[in-house]
Amino acid sequence: MLTIDQYVRAESLEQAYELCQKRNHVVLGGMLWLKMQDRKVGTAIDLCGLGLDRITETERAFELGAMVPLRALETHEGLNAMTRGAFARSVEHIVGVQFRNCATVGGSVFGRFGFSDVLTLLLALDARVVLQGAGELSLEEFCARPPFRDILVRVIVPKGAEGTVYLSQRNSATDFPVLTCAIARREGAFRFAIGARPGRARVYLDEKGLLSGRITRDSALAMGEDLSRRVPMGDNLRAGAEYRTKICQALVRRGLLKLEEAR
Amino acid sequence: MEIHLNLNGKPLDAEVRADTLLLDFLRAHGCLSVKRGCETANCGLCTVLLDGTPVLSCSLLAARVDGRCVQTLEGLQEEAGGFVTFIADQGAEQCGFCNPGFVMNTIALLREYPDPTDDQIRAYLAGNLCRCSGYEGQLRGIRAYLNHKKAEEAQ
Repeated sequence: MLTIDQYVRAESLEQAYELCQKRNHVVLGGMLWLKMQDRKVGTAIDLCGLGLDRITETERAFELGAMVPLRALETHEGLNAMTRGAFARSVEHIVGVQFRNCATVGGSVFGRFGFSDVLTLLLALDARVVLQGAGELSLEEFCARPPFRDILVRVIVPKGAEGTVYLSQRNSATDFPVLTCAIARREGAFRFAIGARPGRARVYLDEKGLLSGRITRDSALAMGEDLSRRVPMGDNLRAGAEYRTKICQALVRRGLLKLEEAR
Repeated sequence: MEIHLNLNGKPLDAEVRADTLLLDFLRAHGCLSVKRGCETANCGLCTVLLDGTPVLSCSLLAARVDGRCVQTLEGLQEEAGGFVTFIADQGAEQCGFCNPGFVMNTIALLREYPDPTDDQIRAYLAGNLCRCSGYEGQLRGIRAYLNHKKAEEAQ
């Protein structure tokens, strides 16, 4: 059971950052995962009064505030026009509309959960994160760091991807994914993110140049086979490593063919 | 701590603990349509509208709704009354336990998509679990209501 001694609605990012340095102080996201834990929280720090629930567009990027609900990613016209609906695809299977109205970008990204659909897509899009203490860094670098105490302020999603695709495999609708796969093409190069391995998503590139030239059935298959050998998979209740490896090959191949179709 | 909110159109000041969930708060204030189901944010039984947006009250702190507007089925009887009989006519209400959550989310659906497709209805209501009906009855009921509304508007 979750217990909370004190609730503080932060009045500034500085205050939130200072408060979150204590071990039993917790920053609230959507609270959906936190609430499932058997945990005693000293102070719950709520960022909901800091205006971080907005998506803003600049010339070069979309900026997602940490408190933007996942539902907003699903319905935002600009994000979905840029990614041909990949943002909507990446969250539409997450439980239900009410859940996605509660779950936040910050909660999903800062938690770096293995099952995170959103994290997979953001990694493929080469997103950057802005943290109150650590400043701006690539999401990939953030994911590689061990957990640390900070406040995620926003996620920057650069424009310029020529094509984006998101696919996932689930045992049943609205369940956690068995495997997630996002692919983005930028300046002719491909960036793959594979998540729910079941570990957190990782980024891969076409290091062997299998896709140089263009995507064909053969090159897509070769890339799928290559990644299924490179991506480390594990077992959990939903699937075994061997099954995930097979799924990885299929999702990468299908994703690439989908990218090519959409050109 | 003290919170101030608007509950079903009426201002309310109340004292809550830091870890009081909105679900418990609402039931303690007489909103018994808000049901405790899975408590893992999966079933949709505890759906309420927060500033018009459907959310899960089992996973929301009461402290978080300070200064905001909360609506439960108790405050939306008239709006729900338009379509619930169509759902009942299809035999979609069996044990009825999931019904308030379904109705609340259907209100949100029809506000956001006044003329939804069947796929939009299915997708929007995917977070409301029903162990009796198999969901087809609810879909038929909402479709029957929409057809009825269109026929009325055409006259």
